[in-house]
Amino acid sequence: MAEKLLMIEHLNKSYDDLCVIKDMSLTVHKGEVVVVIGPSGCGKSTLLRCINGLEPVQGGRICLSGREIKHGSRDLPMLRQKIGMVFQSYELFPHLSIIDNITLAPLKVQKRKKEEVEEEALSLLDRVGLKDKARQYPRQLSGGQKQRAAIVRALCMHPEVMLFDEVTAALDPEMVREVLDVMLRLAQQGRTMIIVTHEMQFAKAVADRVIFVDNGEIIEEGKPAEFFKAPKTKRAARFLNIFEFSPVKAQN
Amino acid sequence: MNIEYMLKYLPLYEKAAVLTVTIGAEGILIAAAVGLLCAVVQYNRVPVLRQIAAVYIELSRNTPLLIQLFFIYYGLPKIGISTNPSVCGAVGLGFLGGSYMAEAIRSGLESIEPIQSESALSLGLKPYQVMRYIILPQAVSISMPAFMANIIFLLKETSVFSAISLMDLMFTAKDLIGLYYKTTESLFLLVIFYLIILLPVSLLGRLVERRLRYAGFGS
Ligand SMILES: Nc1ncnc2c1ncn2[C@@H]1O[C@H](COP(=O)(O)OP(=O)(O)OP(=O)(O)O)[C@@H](O)[C@H]1O
Ligand SMILES: [Mg+2]
Repeated sequence: MAEKLLMIEHLNKSYDDLCVIKDMSLTVHKGEVVVVIGPSGCGKSTLLRCINGLEPVQGGRICLSGREIKHGSRDLPMLRQKIGMVFQSYELFPHLSIIDNITLAPLKVQKRKKEEVEEEALSLLDRVGLKDKARQYPRQLSGGQKQRAAIVRALCMHPEVMLFDEVTAALDPEMVREVLDVMLRLAQQGRTMIIVTHEMQFAKAVADRVIFVDNGEIIEEGKPAEFFKAPKTKRAARFLNIFEFSPVKAQN
Repeated sequence: MNIEYMLKYLPLYEKAAVLTVTIGAEGILIAAAVGLLCAVVQYNRVPVLRQIAAVYIELSRNTPLLIQLFFIYYGLPKIGISTNPSVCGAVGLGFLGGSYMAEAIRSGLESIEPIQSESALSLGLKPYQVMRYIILPQAVSISMPAFMANIIFLLKETSVFSAISLMDLMFTAKDLIGLYYKTTESLFLLVIFYLIILLPVSLLGRLVERRLRYAGFGS
């Protein structure tokens, strides 16, 4: 078994009285792709936000390579460099060109050399088909292009684990594919990723392990082939049914 | 109207205009700095400083510039701080303008979605870096129209400087009227000079606003 990279132990998270994550434990190994699925409001985004230290938690621990991720702690900026996060709404910085979006953190946070970072950024952009967009601004790009740029921005920090929160949910269908393809390639390269998605076919193809969350709890987890074919729990089966359609008119 | 009279006193007006613009610009710079400081302190909810900023803003917004100038001009020497009229003018204008600038920048700051900060934080930026590289640049461009409006407002407010015997445009006009009773000519020149100062600023403001509205970042 590969080394344990991310450990979540008995995580509890609530917003005021609303308990959103209940005693959740999850270990992610190096090179593993974990896909998190579950109904809307079950706490998937909250889980990712906790992993990134964006939320204070009420109990439990999250550790990356043995170092605890704690909201408000001093070494959080250090740890966050190792965690790449991609948001549903891209969250590129509108006042910076694409290349500046990508190189800002490597330059200001990691204090790397400008030529080296720009070279890497351009080569990464090239690989996602955006080399000619480097000097443009986010508003000049399509949704799919923005999201690919956002992925490159996270990649350029050389993260150890990447978090994806429904990164195709805001995209038109024909743009979904181009973003998913980029993620598939990352998986192929052996990157550690935690992916929240509603794209079931994609989940099947990319996941090493599928986690089904409902009401802030992991209800079921397993290999994608087994999980999607024959989920063990009723709740997961009911959830997967949402994505199936049967003909409604009699056919002859 | 007596053209000869107007030409004769034109240099006086020119000198006064330079003074108005100089002290006005100084005051506006102070106002921008104070405003930025207050807005950042309030946006980040810095304890104590935040309350101080709130009190200052109310005080500054709800008292007339004339009274503020009197306090600085006559009050400060009483507690042993010597001043001269030009410093008083700039500081007074800065005191008044700081609160208006603070409100302008603060509304810009608040219009930026928190998830922008989170996205920057997730890249490992420290909070002050998020402020400096991500939030402030966006907030300042969003506040630009309000900022420009404040500049015009503050330049007009300089007309009360004459009360602390600064020889600004207003002072010059009043002085000449008192001396020669050429009211029409004096006021005409006064209006012309204010227009010469304010129209370009106003046009610039329009330009900035249009650029922001129709183009946004990256044009
Ligand atoms: N800032 C917040 N304050 C209060 N409640 C919140 C906050 N953010 C999320 N919640 C609540 O926490 C629960 C989980 O939200 P979360 O965004 O994690 O769900 P999700 O699984 O990502 O859903 P979706 O698939 O719709 O994105 C929801 O009931 C939501 O209303
Ligand atoms: Mg979500």
